[in-house]
This record gives sequence, structure tokens and C-alpha cells, in this order.
Amino acid sequence: MADLSVNISGLTFKNPVTTASGTFGYGDEFTDFIDIGRLGGIFVKAVTGRNRDGNAYPRMAETASGMLNSVGLQNKGVDHFCREIYPKIKDFNTQVIVNVSGSTVEEYVEVAERINELENIPGIELNISCPNVKLGGMAFGTVPSMATEVTREVRNVYKKVLMVKLSPNVTSITDLAKAVVDGGADVVTLINTLLGMAIDVERRRPVLSTITGGLSGPAIKPVALRMVWQVHKAVNVPIIGLGGIMNATDAIEFLLAGASAIQVGTANFIDPQISVKIVDGIDAYLNKHKINKVTDLIGALRTE
Amino acid sequence: MQFNKQVQELKVTGYTRLNPRHFVLELLAPEKLPVILPGQFAQVLVEGSPSTFLRRPFSIHTVDYSRNTIRLLIQIKGEGTRHLARLKEGDSLNVMYPLGNSFSIPTTKEVLLVGGGCGVAPLLFLSQFLHQQQIRPSIVVGFRTREEVSEIEEYSRYGDVFVTTDDGTEGEKGLVVDHSIFQKERLPFAKIYCCGPDAMMKTVARLARMHRIDCEVSLENTMACGFGVCLCCITPTDKGNERVCVEGPVFNINRLKWQ
Repeated sequence: MADLSVNISGLTFKNPVTTASGTFGYGDEFTDFIDIGRLGGIFVKAVTGRNRDGNAYPRMAETASGMLNSVGLQNKGVDHFCREIYPKIKDFNTQVIVNVSGSTVEEYVEVAERINELENIPGIELNISCPNVKLGGMAFGTVPSMATEVTREVRNVYKKVLMVKLSPNVTSITDLAKAVVDGGADVVTLINTLLGMAIDVERRRPVLSTITGGLSGPAIKPVALRMVWQVHKAVNVPIIGLGGIMNATDAIEFLLAGASAIQVGTANFIDPQISVKIVDGIDAYLNKHKINKVTDLIGALRTE
Repeated sequence: MQFNKQVQELKVTGYTRLNPRHFVLELLAPEKLPVILPGQFAQVLVEGSPSTFLRRPFSIHTVDYSRNTIRLLIQIKGEGTRHLARLKEGDSLNVMYPLGNSFSIPTTKEVLLVGGGCGVAPLLFLSQFLHQQQIRPSIVVGFRTREEVSEIEEYSRYGDVFVTTDDGTEGEKGLVVDHSIFQKERLPFAKIYCCGPDAMMKTVARLARMHRIDCEVSLENTMACGFGVCLCCITPTDKGNERVCVEGPVFNINRLKWQ
């Protein structure tokens, strides 16, 4: 049995497999299907300052090897999270990271301050990359100076591990990665969804109520891998990689490209047990290749 | 019920082609069936094509605990259902079930079921269930044409069946909601359960309101996960945007923000 544990900015994850925000609810829906304690960590759904109803229906379009969504950060706000959700998830036997979003710098700061008070939440993931909200979200994640500013303001109030989730909808992902590291990010997560759209030709209308939405699933995996690889060479902080991971082989590709951990996202919708199967698959790969510890895979891509 | 969900490889043990557009799959569970309630649905994985990436949701059409089987009534619509239509006995199918809430147990014996098109799917299971509660409902089912009228004998075992066809080739001519049963001044029902196209359910909901009859409808929204995490299948209700896959698919019409 190989050592699967990874250290991410001082936090120990029992294995590199975690679940992506927005695809895992608050974890409780998955207790019907898996033992959450077998995962390295979970990233729970985005929390904003106040209640958000999200976007109108339809919010989803299936596409070739993927799907578009435009949920729009539906959640009941940080008060509700601290009061109703936190007590239910605080004792999960895994690292529970909260995804934090907002429309203004002040809102990000306010939510981060509140989450900072929660003892069993060792880190937050700043969502500056949601393509489905009119204000904030991706706007912060596509302009390096704004990405630095929001990260710095949150860094000033947030004392634990600060992760920042990057948008792929940029010309240079490394510029954005450097910008958030300059702002004080301990970890970068990439990638969020790619902006896309789908059209119903019979009705000659967009499928999504918001016209455009975020593309996820295996369709985006090559883009995500390329970005993880570029960022791995450009910055000196741990990377959490995601984008279309459907099985252990996909996960190992991200580790080789430079990710210290991975998130399983859209695949959770199709197989709610997939994250645990990926843990087992990585273990089997290590045993097969006689590798003692998973950290030996991180950034171990041979390019010569 | 919430802790009852399974992801299993079910075996196709029966395939009945009802007509060119509809078929029924009988699926055998590898272990004892979980408790399944009328109105609940299954998410079926369609393997082998990049365009059928997500699972397909289908209402559970009937449950046979003695044989450990469920049946799904499927309308051929796109690539996913075309693929399912090619399944044969002995094939296996990855199914997540049972999902969603269920129709409520009526507190009256004066019950009407209304189904249109593929929306009849959960009503056979519901009528079986009502039969066990010593309730014999009236059942109005609408089809496009005589060729598509199917399973009437099965429904008749559990209730009094009334048929409409769009072209009048069987039963009364017109849509389900045009049936003479709805034209009476006073409808002799205290509860209506309805499943079908949105426009039909909205008309039934209007009639129910007009006659002050309690009414539940089963919605069919586009969904990705089917168990409450993607938040894609929402419908506006008196409690905000709720998930059709968890808080539904069955909603009392009083809770929906329908026009």
C-alpha cells in the first residue's frame, strides 16, 4: 500500500482526491453513496454574502463529452451556511474547504472573515472565476490587477490556507496565477469552467436562459491539463488541478502535469461513487509501478 | 427513503415494444429492491457515445417486489433513448434509483389520474399503489393516435380508464383535457394526480383550481445529477428555486409559481 497523502500549504490531505465546488453540494447528498472520510478533501458549494436565487431555468445543456451550466451561485448566504450547514459538515473525516464568492471585494472579504471563525474549516477557495454571474465572479479572475486586489484584501482578514480558483477564460493563465500569488494566495486551483453556449435550432434560441454558460466535463480536460502544466512552471505554490477528470488515469495526468491534488467535478453527477474509485485507482497505479508515495508523481512529467 | 439510493447494474429481463415511439424495459435488480414509491424516478446511464454524457431520467413505471424487477416506459426522443431501444434481454444497464419524492397518499377515495403521452409512465405504478389502499381511481390517458394507445388492460385492473386520441381514432377526440369528464359542472373528485407535457399539466392545474380540487403534478425538467447537487433542474416555488430531482418531481400545484 503506497503513501497517498499530500501536503498542501501545511494541510495534510490523506490522498490527492477531492471534489469540486458546485458538484458535491455540502457533501450530505453523497453520504448515501460513499464514505466521505475516504476522500482527501471536499470543496463545498460557493457561499456568498447574501442569499442568491441563481439564474432562471434552463440552467443546463448537455454537450459532446460535457455539459454547460448556468446555475449562478444559488446559495442561501453565509449566515445560513454558518448556522445551518457548518454544524452538519464540521465533523466529516476529511478536509472541508469552503468556496467563497461575491459581487464586490467587500463581499468576498465579509464572507472570508465569517468562514475564518469556523474552527473546522482549514481553508477557503476564492472563486474569482464563475462565468455565470453578472457582477463579480469571473470579472475578478480575468484582469490580473483585480485578481491581485481581491486576493490581497481577503488575505488581510483570512488567516488560514487561502486557495484561489482561476478562470481559463484568459489569454495567459500564468499571468493570472502570478497575480493571485502576488496577492497572497497559498494555493491555486484550476480550471473553472470554460465559457460556452448551445443553440436549439428548432426554436432558434439559446438553450440556456443566460445564453452563455460554463463548459465542464472531459471536453475541457486537454485545456485544463495544458494550463496546469503552464502554471506549474510559472509559480511556486501548490496547484489543485481539475477539469474533466473522469477516472484515475485522468487524475494521474493532472498530478504528472504538476498538480499536488485534484478535484473531481462533473463526473460526480454521473457516478456519485467515482471519487472513491479514483482514490483506489491511483493506489493501484502506484502499486503497479512500484512507486512508494503519490508525491513522487507530482510534476514528474518527462519532457526530454 | 433518503438513504435508500442505489447505483446498480440491472439486467434487462424484458423488452416490450408498445408502438414505434414507445417501449418498456423490465430490469432485474442484483439484490433485493429498495423501497420505491410511486412518482420516484431512475437515472439511466447510456454508455458508448460522447453525446450521451449524462444519465437519462425516467419515471418508474411499475415495481414487482416478488420478481425483484422494475419497469421503465421510454419514449424514443434522441440518441440516448434510441440506444436504449436497441437493448436486448440479458444486457445490463447502470441505473441510479430510486430518486426524488413521491405522490402523496390520498385522504379521499375520489381520485383522478391524468396522463398524457409519455407522462403516463408513473401513473401505472401509482394506480397499483392506490389499488393496494383500496382506492379505485378514474384514469384519463391521452395519446396521439390509436396506434399509440397501450397498456389499457393494465390500467383497467386498477381503475376506470378513459382514453383520448388527438385524431379521434380511439376514445374521445382531442387532448386529455378536452375529455368530457372535465366538462361537467361539478367534477366528482377530491384529488388529482397529473403527469404529462407542461401545457397539459398547466391546464389540468387551472381546472383543479377552478373546481377547488387538490392537485399534484410530476415535473420533468432537464437535470444533470438527479440527486440534488448540480442545481440545474430547479423550478420556482413558494420557497424559492427548488430542485425537481429532490424536492420534486411531484409538487402540489399550490406551491408552484406557474402562470
